[in-house]
Amino acid sequence: MNLEQNFFELFDLPIVFEVDQQQLSQQYRQLLKLTHPDRFAGADERQQRLAVQYAAQINQGYDTLRKPLPRALYLLTLAGHDIDMERNTVMDTAFLMEQMMWRDEMSDITDSADPEQALGALMDKVSRRMKQDFATFEQYWQAGDEAALLKAGDVIRKLQFMVKLQAELLQLEAKLLGE
Amino acid sequence: MALLQISEPGQTPEPHQQKRAIGIDLGTTNSLVATVRNDKAATLPNLQGQHLLPSVVHYGENDIVVGHAAQAASLQDPNNTIVSVKRMMGRGLADILAAEGGNAYHLSDEDGMPYIETRRGSVSPVEVSAQILKSLVVRAQETLGGAIDGAVITVPAYFDDAQRQATKDAATLAGLKVYRLLNEPTAAAVAYGLDQETTNDSSGVIAVYDLGGGTFDVSILRLEKGLFEVIATGGDSALGGDDFDHLVAQWLLLQAGIDAVTATPLQWRQAIIEGRRAKEALTDRDTVAVTLDAWQGELSRAQFDDMVSPLIQRTIRTFKRALRDAELSVDDLAEVVMVGGSTRVSAVRDQVAQLCRRAPLTSIDPDKVVATGAAIQANILAGNKSSADLLLLDVIPLSLGIETMGGLMEKVIHRNTTIPVTRAQEFTTYKDGQTAMAIHVFQGERELINDNRSLARFELHGIPAMPAGGAKIRVTFQVDADGLLNVSAQELSTGVQSSVQVKPSYGLSDAKITQMLQDSFSAAGEDKESRALREQQVEADRMIEALSTALAKDGALLLSDTELAALKSALSDLQYSREHDDAKALTAMIEQVGAASEAFAARRMNHSIKAALSGHTLDELENF
Repeated sequence: MNLEQNFFELFDLPIVFEVDQQQLSQQYRQLLKLTHPDRFAGADERQQRLAVQYAAQINQGYDTLRKPLPRALYLLTLAGHDIDMERNTVMDTAFLMEQMMWRDEMSDITDSADPEQALGALMDKVSRRMKQDFATFEQYWQAGDEAALLKAGDVIRKLQFMVKLQAELLQLEAKLLGE
Repeated sequence: MALLQISEPGQTPEPHQQKRAIGIDLGTTNSLVATVRNDKAATLPNLQGQHLLPSVVHYGENDIVVGHAAQAASLQDPNNTIVSVKRMMGRGLADILAAEGGNAYHLSDEDGMPYIETRRGSVSPVEVSAQILKSLVVRAQETLGGAIDGAVITVPAYFDDAQRQATKDAATLAGLKVYRLLNEPTAAAVAYGLDQETTNDSSGVIAVYDLGGGTFDVSILRLEKGLFEVIATGGDSALGGDDFDHLVAQWLLLQAGIDAVTATPLQWRQAIIEGRRAKEALTDRDTVAVTLDAWQGELSRAQFDDMVSPLIQRTIRTFKRALRDAELSVDDLAEVVMVGGSTRVSAVRDQVAQLCRRAPLTSIDPDKVVATGAAIQANILAGNKSSADLLLLDVIPLSLGIETMGGLMEKVIHRNTTIPVTRAQEFTTYKDGQTAMAIHVFQGERELINDNRSLARFELHGIPAMPAGGAKIRVTFQVDADGLLNVSAQELSTGVQSSVQVKPSYGLSDAKITQMLQDSFSAAGEDKESRALREQQVEADRMIEALSTALAKDGALLLSDTELAALKSALSDLQYSREHDDAKALTAMIEQVGAASEAFAARRMNHSIKAALSGHTLDELENF
């Protein structure tokens, strides 16, 4: 391992979108056991600093590959298509309309006759939609040419909205159950 | 001072020699020290057989005393006696005044940092904590017969960066090497061996209910194959066993016909002492005879339970809220661990058991359980025990972020991220020729920086002059295994490393710590140079041991003949320098050998990783 290695190499995994989660977590635990600063708590300072660096890199790799959104972003970065969130905020109008539709549906939940049921239905709908989008991303990413990668980037931006929406729905659920 | 009279053993330690490793529970009311001997972890008593050291420091005319003696002095001399200093650690003066109201002692202010005025000058909370640590270290040294190699010190799970840093600074002042800061609930779970039960692919959720003398904390942990994650914490910093005593005291005064409002401090004190005695007696008896002034009577456990029930209900509500925060229900709990002396009260155990529908774990003394877990972990970290399968992974309890436009907080590292962790963020200049910039770091979950806690201001200097937007500065935020933040910065187009100046919002600067260290040497009549020499010798010993072991194991495998010869000669130079009392030369030699061996250390790390990934053990591999 060196710190310039990409995360897939680091965990000895093929560069694919659908990573083997079990193998990932197994490798993660094993690598961390070798590099964690706890293993070097009595060693000299340089050795400890080195351990922090390695373990932090392994943790970051795990965080990046574990969940689909950061993994997809990372795959684009490896393909030379870093998407800059700050500057590329132009979205197609159709998706902006869709965003408003999702938000409306969410705000209707609290006033509906059976909020829990309505929330469950919306969460299912959101996760189906995300699954679809990730599949679309994977196709574009596999095609790999310039035009396809640009489209892959667009899908990711949409997914970022969906992930946020999902988090808000979870919060709403906690609120509904708490009351 | 006893600590400084114990001299360093003059020889290089033998490789694989057992290390003197200790676990310290640095508590608000009481502190403890524990160690592992003959495979058993136990807390260490003082000569009088007392295990608990009251976390009280008295600054007397002639000396500084800690513990029971300080507690005794607190009645006559409250202004110079510091209690509950843990509440002040890593806090600004404004926070303390808001939280505590009036304190008996006088607080002063230096850049917003609190200092306590004593007859021996003003002292910071860090220095007071260092006195408590020193007292525990002396006890451990006397019991173990030599200098302490390192310690695990426990901190509450919710402690932020400033509070953790303050704790570590206190250890530095006490001359104690910190192997790791460990979360208190995690330590309690380790003491019960719950970490080991979950290494076999099982997982579980554990609640730690900690009711001490003056504070209540509840933590929900998730254990998954050797990974400890604190998923929620809650608590009440002004609720504890002292409040139980107070209620019984009120009742006693009433029975004795004394008006609680006009009662003298002495009457109150007698009532509280009698109340505490009654409370303790009722843990294994149904009734207890009580007396106050001329009055004599009886207190039954049922009466007592009724009295304290509202207080226990408060803890139960907090417990439920923490479970809700964790998005869990009581049915998800695999175990409940009881910590803190007040969990001896049977009504507390009963109500917790009722809530959780299971009997809580109480077999380890609730006062000692945290220190015991810390000792077990210290023993592992010191390398005394080869339990390579076990690893405690901790998470950062609060998100770290930076101030952006409009006073908003941009999170750089989210809460519950496994540590150690590194995140890089890129910034640019907004003026032509700009050579410096400031980054303000906050910790907390809210969107506005003003609702979060200011940690530090980092000033970057030495950015190469370029047109506005031309310089690209990558700022790297690193949180180490103790949960402490480090920041470094680099301009990307030129590769110039910017210097980073840290101004902690609620902590002591490095310069201040160094100053305090020097003051403590002179106060102890110790020569600064001799102390520096001893510290370098300890570091040299660590290096010699690590490098000798590494060379013996992997030298031939991973190094060319020339490289091997060079490192061996560097090692013998270091050994030579170690035996000659020249601090400067030794420092230089440590630096030199460290630099020379860095590539070897990285190669070993890479090698072990490669071997692990290909599923072989190191010994099986013949070539790198």
